[in-house]
Amino acid sequence: MAFWDYANPTRFLRLVHVVLPWLTGLCVLAFAAGLYMSFFTAPEDYQQGDTVRIMYIHVPAAWLCMMCYTVMSISSIGTLVWKHPLADVSAKSAAPIGAAFTFMALVTGSLWGKPMWGTYWVWDARLTSVLVLLIMYLGLMTLWRTMEDPIKAGKAAAVLTLVGALNLPIIKFSVDWWNTLHQPASVVRMDGPTIHPDILWPLLVMAIAFTLLFFVLHLMAMRNEILRRRVRALRLRAASASHPGAAAATAQPAE
Amino acid sequence: MDLGTHAGFIVASYALCALTIGGLIAWVRLDKANQERDLKELADQGISRAASGFGSTRKS
Repeated sequence: MAFWDYANPTRFLRLVHVVLPWLTGLCVLAFAAGLYMSFFTAPEDYQQGDTVRIMYIHVPAAWLCMMCYTVMSISSIGTLVWKHPLADVSAKSAAPIGAAFTFMALVTGSLWGKPMWGTYWVWDARLTSVLVLLIMYLGLMTLWRTMEDPIKAGKAAAVLTLVGALNLPIIKFSVDWWNTLHQPASVVRMDGPTIHPDILWPLLVMAIAFTLLFFVLHLMAMRNEILRRRVRALRLRAASASHPGAAAATAQPAE
Repeated sequence: MDLGTHAGFIVASYALCALTIGGLIAWVRLDKANQERDLKELADQGISRAASGFGSTRKS
């Protein structure tokens, strides 16, 4: 079966039904291993002490808030270029999850910053660009809710999502382009990670756990969105059958 | 376990993440229950995909 066959929502729902329990199990195992390593095998940092343990949730949340927006951007291309029926379902479903990961990254970063930097917040390029990302997520969620027709909303949101994607390289390279209080990259670098393996491995396991969590939640949210659109389509069909010509007046919002 | 002098910041960070992730899980589960309830109510009124002539391979 080709990838494009999963453009059919019914087939996609069957696939989700099979895949979801396995992904959920893997996610729980990864979190159990990651949290055990974060608290019981990873050593204290020689400068930061135990506060380095905040990194095991802050960094994966920060990676995932960018990955989620990347998924939304790819989905938006699918909406605008190929009109893939699941593309805007994917983008819409990912937005609240991305907003939650961005919120986690900002707040855990702030809670890490206070004891290490002496302040909860500075308007440096990294922190500000991630805050802009959170505002983008919230704006997109609002846009989807303000338009009744999910197809029209999907197209408008796709354009805005792709404009907002310009922020992704700014977030990634902000610590190189400007002087920031936030430290430069120490894992994803051309010359390899600068973190000791005892600290790096728990971080990578937690990153896998967060990634699996994203896919579990995204698939569940996509399934819900497909069901929501079915409810809407059935209500519209019933309304047009009982009151021909008045379907537009009785149209239900997608949410 | 001794988390040192900044234990409050560490515990607050993990608690916030647990709450946020718990909220996300509750949201998707509640949303699924709502959509399934709406579909069932429509089906009880005789409004279903099968009755509307939707085939299993058609886009909804």
